[in-house]
Amino acid sequence: MSKGPFKLERAGLLQLLQALKTQGYLTLGPTVREGAIVYDELHRLEDLPIGYTDHQEGGSYRLEQRGDGAMFGYNVGPHSWKRFMHPPILRLFRARQANGDLEFESEGEAAPKYAFIGVRACELQAIRVQDRVFLGGPYQDPHYKARREQVFIVAVNCTQAGHTCFCASVESGPRAQTGFDLALTEVVDGEHSYFVGEVGSEAGARLLDRVAHRAAQEAEWNQALALVDRAARQMRHLDTQGLKERLYQSLEHPRWQVVANRCLSCGNCTQVCPTCFCTSVEDHTDLAGQVAERTRRWDSCFTADFSYLHGGSVRVSTLARYRQWLTHKLASWQDQFGLLGCVGCGRCITWCPVGIDLTEEVAAMNDVQTGRFAPKEAGGAHV
Amino acid sequence: MPSKPRKPTLAVWKFASCDGCQLSLLDCEDELLAVAGAVQNAHFLEASSTVMPGPYDLSLVEGSITTPHDALRIQAIRKNSRFLVTIGACATAGGIQALRNFADVEEFTRIVYARPEYIQTLKHSTPISAHVLVDFELRGCPVSKAQLLEVISAFLHKRKPAIPQHSVCLECKARGTVCVMVAQGIPCLGPVTQAGCGAICPAYQRGCYGCFGPQENPNTVALSAWWTQLGVDEAAQQRAFRTYNAGASAFSKEAERHG
Ligand code: SF4
Ligand code: SF4
Ligand code: SF4
Ligand code: SF4
Repeated sequence: MSKGPFKLERAGLLQLLQALKTQGYLTLGPTVREGAIVYDELHRLEDLPIGYTDHQEGGSYRLEQRGDGAMFGYNVGPHSWKRFMHPPILRLFRARQANGDLEFESEGEAAPKYAFIGVRACELQAIRVQDRVFLGGPYQDPHYKARREQVFIVAVNCTQAGHTCFCASVESGPRAQTGFDLALTEVVDGEHSYFVGEVGSEAGARLLDRVAHRAAQEAEWNQALALVDRAARQMRHLDTQGLKERLYQSLEHPRWQVVANRCLSCGNCTQVCPTCFCTSVEDHTDLAGQVAERTRRWDSCFTADFSYLHGGSVRVSTLARYRQWLTHKLASWQDQFGLLGCVGCGRCITWCPVGIDLTEEVAAMNDVQTGRFAPKEAGGAHV
Repeated sequence: MPSKPRKPTLAVWKFASCDGCQLSLLDCEDELLAVAGAVQNAHFLEASSTVMPGPYDLSLVEGSITTPHDALRIQAIRKNSRFLVTIGACATAGGIQALRNFADVEEFTRIVYARPEYIQTLKHSTPISAHVLVDFELRGCPVSKAQLLEVISAFLHKRKPAIPQHSVCLECKARGTVCVMVAQGIPCLGPVTQAGCGAICPAYQRGCYGCFGPQENPNTVALSAWWTQLGVDEAAQQRAFRTYNAGASAFSKEAERHG
């Protein structure tokens, strides 16, 4: 795997897509649908959002024309790769009555073999975070694992930042550093573009061998780096210095009520967040009482049912729910998993229907003097 | 072990409504045989004119109470039912006919009927729960087939129905629909509305109409402030909260703020 930086023309990218298909991968990547760039199956290069970009603000997303032929000239949209590796609805097992006994059928479906094309640096970090959540401890999630092990990742670096991005503050981007099989940077020239890339794994090197490419010249490599560097300088900021301690000292800050008054407890932020992992398990029976099945579906700390213990919900107020979300992402996640739960992708800001912005809420709580108490032990992980 | 138990009896009752919710039950083509196999149809006039006497194990009640006669009838049904489940927006919130709650019903009667003196009607359209104890309320205009079957099988097998009370947004996100409010600026009631429909409207590029009534923790004030920014005027906001679930407390209060 001693391959240095390489240059790939569009024809090479098409060959890459075809080679992945030949190897049995379901090729997934960005495409325009319902007024946004979502992740869906890519059959050909024309499925890519050629010439599109997005304008994002708190609670607002609009597609726009770039005026050139860029294929990856946008920032992350409403979907994340989480929906493929940690599906929103998953049947876990089915049981049926047979001769007075219960027969269990587990979900023996073969996990699909996915190739993700156009994974951004923040999304690579989100995958690392979910790897830690689902595979990092003694109890591993077999469904995530079966999908994750087979994934092939083609990262594409951001050469511009969206208005809600802050990956540089949490050091997850904009340049893909590790966790990919191949990483590309698109260099746009009018209606045309080419890619400067690097290899991240043996599997990446093997695939590249099947595709027309050549070694990149130093000037081409430097130009690609400069484009990514430009994106890093365009972003909003989250001050991560002592963030966990600051939040733990602000649990009674009056700002929580201010944001709770605006928050709809709709749960959108947790659903679009590429690291949120919470689910609920539901049991169903058929009418005859012969078959029962158990299903797992995405849930959220913004629902009352989610924190329902015997006798009632632990987090009744919107304030308690918003505080759980923000402190889990930015503080208690660190105690629980040893890293930040936020990768700075900005989705929760853009896709909050009323534009609530976590960077703004954290900044408003910086004045910790008004927070009246800190928990005795800042160790408990609240999920 | 007890001997083979008799089939539980099912009764379906109609009050002020359009019949759409009970038709959802008849519409369960594939599952209808299973329903017929699992329960004894004791009183379901849309399906059969054969009527068995009560008491009934499970009564499904459609429609709201709008006449003095119906107010008495629901009492008798409650006495004759082991479990009573209300189905649909009329039965759970008063339905579209609860618009009368915000107007003068006598004036309506004068306009609509040639001989208004023959009409005996109440000033308000009220949900069943305003009159008798209800064991479970199934929302929707109309109810979802899948949820209806879920509730029936839950009652038959003495378990809790898995009917979430969270927002429509969670269903929207699960199916991968792009949010119409964020991506297109279309006003949507999804964030304050209870899930259950499967987020149909946003999938067809429409905002949610609130058919399933308020979710468990609805912040209508904050949503309405955002709608104002999207350019929705006061009259349109009042109309949005005054549809099938106009009588649900969270929606009726919000509508009043835009009066
Ligand atoms: S908390 Fe928000 S910005 Fe951070 S990773 Fe999640 S969605 Fe992205
Ligand atoms: S508890 Fe944490 S991981 Fe779960 S939905 Fe809330 S913020 Fe996300
Ligand atoms: S912060 Fe926004 S997206 Fe999250 S629950 Fe509140 S209103 Fe919904
Ligand atoms: S379209 Fe409506 S229901 Fe769907 S996420 Fe957006 S606000 Fe919620």
